Amino acid sequence: MNHIAPGRNAGVYSYDDIDRRFVAERVEQFRAQVERRLSGELTEEEFKPLRLMNGLYLQLHAYMLRIAVPYGVLTSRQLRKLAEIGRKYDKGYGHFTTRQNLQFNWIKLEDTPAILHELAEVDMHALQTSGNCVRNVTTDQFVGAARDEVVDGRVYAEILRQWTTLHPEFTFLPRKFKIAIMGSDADRAAIRVHDVGVFAKRNERGEVGFTFYVGGGLGRSPFVGKLVRDWVPEEDFVAYLEAILRVYNQYGRRDNLYKARIKILVHELGQEKFTQEVEEEFARLRGPKYRLAPEVVDEIRRRFGGPAFETLTDEPESFQAAKAANPDFARWVAVNVLAHKVPGYAAATISLKPAGGIPGDATSEQMDLVADLADAHSFGELRVSHAQNLVLAHVRQDALFTLWTALEANGLGTPNAGLIGDIIACPGLDYCALANARSIPLAQAISARFADPARQQTIGELGIKISGCINACGHHHVGAIGILGVDKKGEEFYQITVGGDPTLTTAIGDILGPAVTADETVDAIEAIVEVYLSNRHDGERFIDTLKRVGHGPFKERVYAAH
Amino acid sequence: MALNDKSRNEAVLKAITANRLRDGEVIFLAPDPDLGWVERLDDAALFEDAAAAETALEAAKAQAEGEQFAVDVYAFDLRVVDGQRVPVKTRERIRALGPTVRIDLGKQAAA
Repeated sequence: MNHIAPGRNAGVYSYDDIDRRFVAERVEQFRAQVERRLSGELTEEEFKPLRLMNGLYLQLHAYMLRIAVPYGVLTSRQLRKLAEIGRKYDKGYGHFTTRQNLQFNWIKLEDTPAILHELAEVDMHALQTSGNCVRNVTTDQFVGAARDEVVDGRVYAEILRQWTTLHPEFTFLPRKFKIAIMGSDADRAAIRVHDVGVFAKRNERGEVGFTFYVGGGLGRSPFVGKLVRDWVPEEDFVAYLEAILRVYNQYGRRDNLYKARIKILVHELGQEKFTQEVEEEFARLRGPKYRLAPEVVDEIRRRFGGPAFETLTDEPESFQAAKAANPDFARWVAVNVLAHKVPGYAAATISLKPAGGIPGDATSEQMDLVADLADAHSFGELRVSHAQNLVLAHVRQDALFTLWTALEANGLGTPNAGLIGDIIACPGLDYCALANARSIPLAQAISARFADPARQQTIGELGIKISGCINACGHHHVGAIGILGVDKKGEEFYQITVGGDPTLTTAIGDILGPAVTADETVDAIEAIVEVYLSNRHDGERFIDTLKRVGHGPFKERVYAAH
Repeated sequence: MALNDKSRNEAVLKAITANRLRDGEVIFLAPDPDLGWVERLDDAALFEDAAAAETALEAAKAQAEGEQFAVDVYAFDLRVVDGQRVPVKTRERIRALGPTVRIDLGKQAAA
């Protein structure tokens, strides 16, 4: 086993003194704000926006602290700190979210300054995880590792983090603002359902540039992001985003919460008019002040460091032998392991979706274990995916069997990445103050129904996404099968959609029919899968078959008994 | 704890709930003003009369803000079924007990 010192910087942005001073100052500011609230100097009305700016929500059972994991990348040291906070201040577990962050569900207000102080010790914080600001920028969980990557999105996500954090124009936007960046043709960050989706690419001269999609989003009014510009040169990256945000700040609705997101502005102005406004603003502000100099990009890139990969070859003998000798390992490799850009390495998804489990939850013990495995096998670095799983992105292929053995022994070896058991689900009514219905029990029931790994593999790529309310934190609109929890006269019902697609061919799912009960929903999913399997042609994914045969056969089977 | 046909025949009562400011714990207004707030629904004040509940709610809100003890104060509906206090809405049933997916946590764990 090839152990690598965890202290070696490998692909995680390293803070400088300015970063550390800023975060430390914010912790002390919040400590004083909490003291003033507890002493009565601040009313709840005055305090609420302040706590939200520090990621602290009040949920059903307690406060919830949402901790930022910038673009989903963590060090093993940071994950151990999260595990420690879970044990010390919460109830021994945390919940990884669809925005690549981590939430603790049982936090005390009076403990929060101490927690933020401990987070700052490992260069973490809870800034930009709530409120009407630019939220944590998300990207591909395989960034810097995937064989199909063209541009490393981490660098530009970090530039955005630094640019937006203290930007005075972006502190009180009309509404929250979510940006996602993708640097390969395979969209693993759902960029077209974000306020701004950035597709990083290279031209024929090898120069980096960006395609901008604006006005995507889920929630009450789902929209697919519109193409606003196909090519923005690297040096104009910040200027162009600034122009978009200025147009939003100027014209975005502040009078109606439900019409405040940029997607509504783009929809109401129209793609052409919105683009014209952005281009005019861009022309006004383009200049030296907003130019993203190559030296700045290089310096940010340098601060990420990079794993010291060895010269290896793909499919080493021991790896092949292990797969041949152990079908369960071979299945896990086939489903959860992705080709790496460096020969002899691979990126491994650690599923947080055991059959019947709670999607995205990890105990402090599991976090410690994954941190140890990251040290042993992935340069002390790991990622959180928007699908609520963890990823070790740089594992030697000849170490995969050792890794899998450790994961399997601790309930983390489920071979279902991207399959029907890999369900995205929001916390729902079990935790969330906004929810109308529970999400987690339904996810548990569905994953238990489809627990058989062989059956899951036979079904193939099929994403189920569940939201407990119309805010769509579970991304149900873009699930191949989406499920939305609704409240009907005090009873939980579930509305099923089909045909959603979170990739660059983005599609919002269509409602299949009337909402059904939780038990009926599980049966309905089974019926949909049966119709798919009996109709599919060779090589077709669920959404391909659905497109070819239409909704009719699915609807007919699901509602046959009604 | 789910409502059944029988429970729907019981009278709808009101209780007043909030979260404790310092730690977020779910609390309920107690029948005895000296007790202030209690942590268990079984110990909460119940109001048969909507107007009385409204009066108590307004007083509780004012008191909560004045004493920095409770936040997000509101009233909710419940019924008493076979001696058990059962909130009408699933949301309030979950608040009174804890997450249905982690019965080892929340108030239900200590029951």
